[in-house]
Amino acid sequence: MSRDHVLHKVRTALGRTAGQAIAEPPPVRLRIPVVDQDARVASLLRKVEALAGKTCRAATPAEAHAYVASVLDGKSTIASNAPFLRECGILEIAGVRSGQTSASELRMLCSTADAGITSADYALADTGTLVMLSSRDEARLISLLPPVHIAVVPKDRILTSLDELFAILPDPAAQTSSMVLITGPSRTADIEQILVRGVHGPGEIHVVVLG
Amino acid sequence: MSADFDDKIHNTLANPNLQLAIYSATGRLIDHRRHAVTREALPDYQELRTQANALKRHVIENLDHYLEQFEANVLAHGGKVVYCKDGAEVADFILSLAKERGAELIVKSKSMTTEEIDLNERLHHHRLESVETDLGEYILQLARQRPYHIVAPALHLTRYDVGDLFARTLGVANETLPEKQTLIARSVLRRKFLAADIGISGANFLVADSGAVVLVENEGNARLTTSAPNIHIAVAGIEKLIPRAQDLAVFLKLLGRSATGQALTVYTSFLSGPRRESEIDGPQEFYVVLLDNGRTKLLADRAKRQSLYCIRCGACLNHCPVYRKIGGHSFPWVYSGPIGAIITPQFLGVKHEPSLPFASSLCGACAEVCPVKIDIPQVLLDLRAEVKKTELREGTGWLERLAFRLWAWVMCHPRVYELAGMMAAAMAPAENGGWLRRVPPGMNLPPVRAWLDQRDLPPAPPHSFRDLWRKR
Repeated sequence: MSRDHVLHKVRTALGRTAGQAIAEPPPVRLRIPVVDQDARVASLLRKVEALAGKTCRAATPAEAHAYVASVLDGKSTIASNAPFLRECGILEIAGVRSGQTSASELRMLCSTADAGITSADYALADTGTLVMLSSRDEARLISLLPPVHIAVVPKDRILTSLDELFAILPDPAAQTSSMVLITGPSRTADIEQILVRGVHGPGEIHVVVLG
Repeated sequence: MSADFDDKIHNTLANPNLQLAIYSATGRLIDHRRHAVTREALPDYQELRTQANALKRHVIENLDHYLEQFEANVLAHGGKVVYCKDGAEVADFILSLAKERGAELIVKSKSMTTEEIDLNERLHHHRLESVETDLGEYILQLARQRPYHIVAPALHLTRYDVGDLFARTLGVANETLPEKQTLIARSVLRRKFLAADIGISGANFLVADSGAVVLVENEGNARLTTSAPNIHIAVAGIEKLIPRAQDLAVFLKLLGRSATGQALTVYTSFLSGPRRESEIDGPQEFYVVLLDNGRTKLLADRAKRQSLYCIRCGACLNHCPVYRKIGGHSFPWVYSGPIGAIITPQFLGVKHEPSLPFASSLCGACAEVCPVKIDIPQVLLDLRAEVKKTELREGTGWLERLAFRLWAWVMCHPRVYELAGMMAAAMAPAENGGWLRRVPPGMNLPPVRAWLDQRDLPPAPPHSFRDLWRKR
């Protein structure tokens, strides 16, 4: 509607002309510390726990499978299509449904499921964050609609920090329409600043690191 | 000062419950921030502020370039960009899109920009239901109030207020526990999310090199708003741009910490365009509304354009001794606190509430905590000068000019000055050497009365400096 009008006002205010070159922006500032893998795993789990998330360090796929099965305890569950979950045998747990490719079916299942299981593309050790890129393997709603979210992450996907994430993924939009960083369970403090978990997203989050 | 501004301030000062609520809420936010930016927690905090300031300055000075780059990248990812000069244009765009798509229900996540243009009211006027989904904003929508604070919108309401409000407006049992109240809101709003045709969000950042909208939140309502409905519309001010996705490594570290003391908020969404073919869910249409609404007026002024660097963390509100006494609703527009005091006069004109830039002690706390280093006290001084220039030009403020002329005349005439001093001392004698609470009726003029309303006067000394000098 007012495209040219607004751009014209911006240029007039700044004394610039259309297409005029700009000075170089300040250089990108990314600082990536060197942290060995075990320390990264330990930090990730510590940070998730500090946010009232639950954690499990599984040495083998069988251990991850056992932990997830004990959390689910027969709950109706929807799992993402991430190949890693299949490799861990998690899709065979009783009550777990997976393989959805239709948006409407997925949405219906997510809105009634008690738990959602996903993997994560990356995790950030220094903040306890899961990084989820929407794709054919990972839908947006599985980590969002069910009241419990379980993420199973191989340890080699744990990065140190936001800086490392953006060093590896300088342009997330090239890969996905939606990258979400999840740091702990959904929460609010809007009433008298009293902390309540599980507002619109999951109030319970489990992070399982394998390896 | 307008009577309305004055009344609101005095009503807030006289309400002890409100004073306690503001003081404790802002106090808690101050503590959280302080722990999050210590040398141990964030060693390069000051360098990050410097970088954030440099990035914002660069973007604002080359804004047309970044707007066009952003637009091209949104298009490349299958989205659309709509420029709007004011709120009416935004409402027109949304209404016509809703009509074309047969949309009836809108869910909204928190956005100060949509508050600024009264978007909900405009849509309701055309019978389009638009539901706020952030818990605090939902409460305020039911109570028909505007946000009290940029990041803690309902900080002035108690859980008893919320219990009464939910019982009255939703027909539910009167619950006073925040856990139960949250569950009530969750279940009402969950149905809205699943039924909504359009989701409207704001934007914390617009990323030029990716054409992406970045949203920061804790509840998950912004994720639902932008994932569940078929259409996502992000409404953002044109100043929200940053050059590159990689710059988020700077801004995200500052925003959560400055606002609530969180290293990262629970959810950070980086959204570029509608659902791609390979993806399972997400909206099928994606629009970014770029709003001017007065922002280009600020751009023209080299000194004051830094007001557009603001990332809406709310730290300046929490640390402001004035905000902490007079609260958010005393301010004349949706933006309160120090940042409100500098952007309101620039958006709406200094004549809207000429006393606003003067409602500050210039203590500098706001500038000290600002994550993008806006020199708020300096901008307040510039605005004060502008208010006075406007008064001169328009011939208003004659009383003040007369008073200063009189003052100047007295100061230039030593004998008159001495006489005035003697008279003042004689007319307002100290009460047993204590400070003066009142002055005799003859001196009790409106400005003197207003001054004494809040403060006491020190008594005149027994001997003036001139006396002492002569007798030395």
